[in-house]
Amino acid sequence: MVNKTAQAGTLESNDIMITVAPARQCSGIVIDLESIVLPQYGQTIRKVILQAVQAYGIANAYIKAIDRGALDYTIRARTEAALQRSGAAKRAFR
Amino acid sequence: MSELITFCGAFAKQPVQYRKAVRVKRMLPGISKVETSLEEVFNKIPITNGMTLSFHHHLRNGDQVVNLVLATAAKLGIRDLNIALSSVFPVHAPLIDHVCNGVVTGLDTNYLSGPVAKAISQGLLPQPIIMRTHGGRARAIECGQLPIDVAFIAAPCADSYGNLNGVMGKNACGSLGYAFPDAEYADYVVAITDCLEEYPLAQISISQTRVDYVVTIDSIGDAKGIVSGTTQVTKDPVGLKIAQMAAQVIQATGLLQDGFSFQTGAGGVSLAVAHYVRKMMQAGNITGSFALGGITGYMVDMLNDGCFQRLLDVQGFDMAAVRSLAANINHREIGADCYANPFNSGCAVNQLDAVILGATEIDTSFNVNVTTGSDGIIMGGSGGHSDAAAGAKVTIIVTNLLRGRLPIIVEKVLTVTTPGESVDVVVTERGIAVNPRRSDLRQRLADAGITVMNIEDLKLMAERIAGKPEQIVLADKVVALVEYRDGTIIDVVKQISSAN
Repeated sequence: MVNKTAQAGTLESNDIMITVAPARQCSGIVIDLESIVLPQYGQTIRKVILQAVQAYGIANAYIKAIDRGALDYTIRARTEAALQRSGAAKRAFR
Repeated sequence: MSELITFCGAFAKQPVQYRKAVRVKRMLPGISKVETSLEEVFNKIPITNGMTLSFHHHLRNGDQVVNLVLATAAKLGIRDLNIALSSVFPVHAPLIDHVCNGVVTGLDTNYLSGPVAKAISQGLLPQPIIMRTHGGRARAIECGQLPIDVAFIAAPCADSYGNLNGVMGKNACGSLGYAFPDAEYADYVVAITDCLEEYPLAQISISQTRVDYVVTIDSIGDAKGIVSGTTQVTKDPVGLKIAQMAAQVIQATGLLQDGFSFQTGAGGVSLAVAHYVRKMMQAGNITGSFALGGITGYMVDMLNDGCFQRLLDVQGFDMAAVRSLAANINHREIGADCYANPFNSGCAVNQLDAVILGATEIDTSFNVNVTTGSDGIIMGGSGGHSDAAAGAKVTIIVTNLLRGRLPIIVEKVLTVTTPGESVDVVVTERGIAVNPRRSDLRQRLADAGITVMNIEDLKLMAERIAGKPEQIVLADKVVALVEYRDGTIIDVVKQISSAN
């Protein structure tokens, strides 16, 4: 669960800055994405963030992502780091 | 507009015509050409609705002449002007208002950046603009496809009878080469200067025989925007690696011997290629023939070191280039026609051994886009890209494999600026590809121990790292016609979709 607002990443090129914040019950995962490659990779970036969040079993969160052309593994790592800083814990496998 | 012909090969179109006849003028003895009021000149010519006014871009982002002339036109209520400005920079943003107010309805240029480029991409003008190459613009002027009513020449130095140069005065910019065809062919030529010298000027780039008025103003530009303080070799390790590989490619071609001729841009990676080439030339005690194009201090150093015997300068990028052009007889100023016009008895790019060029995209058929960004917005144009690529024995594109996640090697470029048939080698930090048309080059590179990849494999490598990008969506309206240097249409630029 996201207990508090937390952030990971930078605004350097090829990085992404992810901010996660608690959200009300039933609000779902809201991703607010800015990207320099939005037309070409917007869908991909959303998918990678969503998968990382779901792996933590989180149902409600507000996520602000400012992308500067990060590759998928960077997006995944920054999302996980922000989630862990917010107090979320990764679900055990299976 | 005359009939459009589709591009069908870099050297397919042959000219069958005579050059445009130039308006014959006369100037009686005792008449002064000097004016202090631009409005007065507008009234004397007179400049009227629907005319084509031309400008050159040597003052780059420091230019104040275009804005001043257009503000004067607006003030006098003139409408429907066609603006033939060799390159458009961010400083020219007021052009947008002049379009919205009906003062300007057409644009003819070789390169656009900044707010005007974006506005054009968003459909600012009802009709498409024309984007040419530097050589193609000279051709269009000489062959009558770009008739100019009045050429305005920003002159860093002028004498009272209209002799001009770019090497003196507080806003010296060096070569005035792109203005040569305008001066030669326009019905009227107006020099605008902030440095008026007594007649006759010692160094003359554009002659009194073509200049009708000399208008004095306080300042033609902002020196900070005109020249870069120093143009420097990149420090980025990836850029340096690409440059080193490109220099090795040049060496492997066998062209790097006495008499070598070379063109490279002013960007950090291009300059780094020059840096490695210089080391090779010094190590091999090689004396090259000439370096061509936009000239930087680095090229001046190579001239002074004896790496080259001449510089052929159509545009100076920094103060070192300006000073050298003024002082060194081996540093020659050339016009756009001599530089790159395909329809004369031989332009300088034809004498090039190797040219280093950039790309925003290059496709697996080696077509290069330097006109639009990956978002579809105009962010450049050929300039001399297509010209040098067509002329040089070896054309080398240097680029990162990825730029901000985006693969640079794609299946099909969004806009073709330079046709693949005149591109020979692509150098990225992760590998080199050679155009299949140049099996001779591929063999030479292999003989030199350089690994050559297929361009498709380089493309796949980039996609494995970044993923395959989705196609961007464009609107149907054509906002720019991309003209190849011979006047045929090689591609069009479409308006960006309002969703972007």
